[in-house]
Amino acid sequence: MTALSDVRTSRWAALTALVTTSVLLTACGSGGGGSGSGAGQPKSGGTLTFAVGSDAGCVDPQQVASNETIYSVRQIVDSLTDQDPKTGKIVPWLAKSWKVSSDATTFTFHLRSGVTFSDGSKLTAQVVKDNFDAVPKLGALGTLAEGYLSGVKSTTAVDPLTVKVTFSQPNAQFLQATSTHSLGIESSASVKETPQQKCSDGVIGSGPFVLKQYVQNQSITLTKRTGYTWGSSRWSKKGEAYLDKLVFKVVQEAGVRAGSLQSGQVDAISSVGKANEAALKGGQVTLQRRANPGVVFGLGLNNSRPALKDARVRQAILYAVDRQQIADTVFPTGTQPATSVLAHTTPDHTSLASDLASDAAKAKSLLDAAGWKTGSDGIRTKDGKKLSLTVKWFPNASTNQPALELIQQQLKAVGVDVALKQLQVTQFAPTLQSGDFDAAWGNVTRADPDILRSSFSTKLANFYHLPASSLDTALSEQAATVDPAKRRQLVTQAQQSLVQNAYYVPVVELQTQLGVSKKVHDLNFDASSRIQLHDTWIG
Amino acid sequence: MRRYVIKRLGQAAGVLWAAYTVSFLVLDYLPGDPVTAMASAGMDSGQVDPQQIAALRHEYGFDKPVLVQYAEYLGRAVRGDFGDSVSTGRPVTSTLADALPQTLQLTGAALLLAVALGGGLAVLATYTSRRWLRQLLLSLPPLGVSVPTFWVGLLLVETFSFRLHWFPAFGNDGFKGLVLPALTLAVPTGAQIAQVLAKSLLTALDQAYVETARAKGADRWRVHLRHALRNASLPALTVVGLLVGQLIAGSVVVETVFSRDGLGRVTAAAVTAQDIPLVQGVVVFGALIFVTTNLVIDLVYPLLDPRIVVTSDRKAALA
Repeated sequence: MTALSDVRTSRWAALTALVTTSVLLTACGSGGGGSGSGAGQPKSGGTLTFAVGSDAGCVDPQQVASNETIYSVRQIVDSLTDQDPKTGKIVPWLAKSWKVSSDATTFTFHLRSGVTFSDGSKLTAQVVKDNFDAVPKLGALGTLAEGYLSGVKSTTAVDPLTVKVTFSQPNAQFLQATSTHSLGIESSASVKETPQQKCSDGVIGSGPFVLKQYVQNQSITLTKRTGYTWGSSRWSKKGEAYLDKLVFKVVQEAGVRAGSLQSGQVDAISSVGKANEAALKGGQVTLQRRANPGVVFGLGLNNSRPALKDARVRQAILYAVDRQQIADTVFPTGTQPATSVLAHTTPDHTSLASDLASDAAKAKSLLDAAGWKTGSDGIRTKDGKKLSLTVKWFPNASTNQPALELIQQQLKAVGVDVALKQLQVTQFAPTLQSGDFDAAWGNVTRADPDILRSSFSTKLANFYHLPASSLDTALSEQAATVDPAKRRQLVTQAQQSLVQNAYYVPVVELQTQLGVSKKVHDLNFDASSRIQLHDTWIG
Repeated sequence: MRRYVIKRLGQAAGVLWAAYTVSFLVLDYLPGDPVTAMASAGMDSGQVDPQQIAALRHEYGFDKPVLVQYAEYLGRAVRGDFGDSVSTGRPVTSTLADALPQTLQLTGAALLLAVALGGGLAVLATYTSRRWLRQLLLSLPPLGVSVPTFWVGLLLVETFSFRLHWFPAFGNDGFKGLVLPALTLAVPTGAQIAQVLAKSLLTALDQAYVETARAKGADRWRVHLRHALRNASLPALTVVGLLVGQLIAGSVVVETVFSRDGLGRVTAAAVTAQDIPLVQGVVVFGALIFVTTNLVIDLVYPLLDPRIVVTSDRKAALA
């Protein structure tokens, strides 16, 4: 293999990894939406016991991409910035202020002074630089963090509290990336450890909680950091967190999680599915929900397949899907049908609901026009070939199979035959990369519209084999645009292009749903529909 | 007797070798490449570049011919080294050693419960002279065998943890945390013991020596326990040997329902992650436990019934 193709492969690979990692992880997770604002005065103290369904086997926030582990490890580290879940705006956290160059290639952060890690060491520009220099060496596990920093030219400590990150190409998404757990800042001591050590022993952060104990597949225990005064500007409580201790227990069985919450053995649970809602209703439990930002659950069509090259066929599939029915029958209460390729909680989301209204008659006439005639078995044929698609999927969420079976029925009604092929988790990324699929079912969580570029730009991995078009221009320009109004306009244009050409068939938004005891207050979602427990209290 | 022991030991070694070889062949035949799986441990496989894949392949010896791999691994396995887990990088043996105590606790407690419950049920059912009670008791084992373990577990959790708050619903914490999982696992196992023991007890009670004992004026309990049970326990003991394998397999379900750490959990995770060295370790380890138990049972037989050794030695001499 030539050097050039090696570079290309690894860049593509990194992007594949970035996209698929989030696909895998976010789909399993759930989050919490509303805040349990409640009666009474907030008070300090107490232990929050939170049951999650799985353990990623790693407690390094820079490496973990599984929602259920992010809930705990997020509390250990602070980030340079935070993101307001309502407005999508980036606000100060460890960085008091920042400046982005007009071409979105240089990001300069001014750090707050007086921040220390739990080992007593100080936060300096050098520590941030060490973090960003080490992230690209994280390897297989740290793909999210690596992706955010891809194309970084240099990171320099301008002075003890000023750090400058320069990219070789415009990279507007980087500012939002600094608000994520993946780029949480770790102490110099942790940065020097190997990725494996960080995974099993945990890391030293400057966050409101400190990792006390990690027992693989059993529990993660955190304790409050005393003397903490540098919280995000978004948090309502100044200084230390309310809770003394956080215990995350791994409880695989959804029914056991629900029963444990109902019977008071735990205070909160993750991944509440439709089947468990009834059991939790009426008790001392609140269900908190929020749609995950990013690319919605949908069918990624392989646009290079002969039948799918025809826009009319793709559009017919788009119209044949009844999103509302799928959201109502399969997904947890409150799940919204997709109104764009982006979920409505993503900054710069544009509602294209009218373009996504189900219309079987229109689907049929589009297929007629494309020359696909209905056969005796109800399946359409053209030149002796049946209109059949194989949808590849993997079981990372219990809703996948029922949702796909419903889509299968809906498409059959207009004459499209759908076969479902379940893959192992480990097979999914290679399948996307090899292009050996007609359609693939998945989603990606990311609270920045740049996820459209990672997923659909023909200059990157281009899993769905889109043809080069003006969509590419819109996607690269939004990545280079710092002006919010202009970026919004470009992102809107990209969403319209994706839906009108039916390059991707959006179906439903992934909704994170948590069950939280009524005695727990202010357990709130962050912009990525994960949780921040600094303001949470029990009373 | 010595020949008997040597023969049994030889058979045990043969079973272990077969378990290793068959699992090696099956894993080698199955689609899916361990190195890709390794790269996918971080939930993606795109990240690792081809050179890194080649290096990993070399490091784990996956680039060698299958026969060479087999010989090398077998050689190492005989010395107790099963390599490193592909998903965690930890040695397979230490992963198994960590999980073992939890599973031994669970299966040990379950076996004791199963013998006590199943044995008790069989003795009671065959002892009672009330026809309806006997019928009722004897109808329980088939029920116990046929209900899914998963369902039993959830039912017990629902009742004794969620409603009555007597025991925790999940975790490995102490004796209280052991009760419900052990009971769940003991239900199907105990039921099978009861079935076999009840049947052989009924047969034994019809034998001439029981009549003789009765005629000599031995009381009913004495006849039942000393004479009939002793003879009837042989088939039940054989079943217990087989059940140990079942208990270990059952721990996969029970450890999942109760979120306990242990071999079952390790197995489920290893299979999901296509962690070949770990799966192989689990298979051989499971076989080792099974073989050891059956070896012990084989060695206990002659104590209960000396005719077994005599027969076995005679056969061996003829062969």
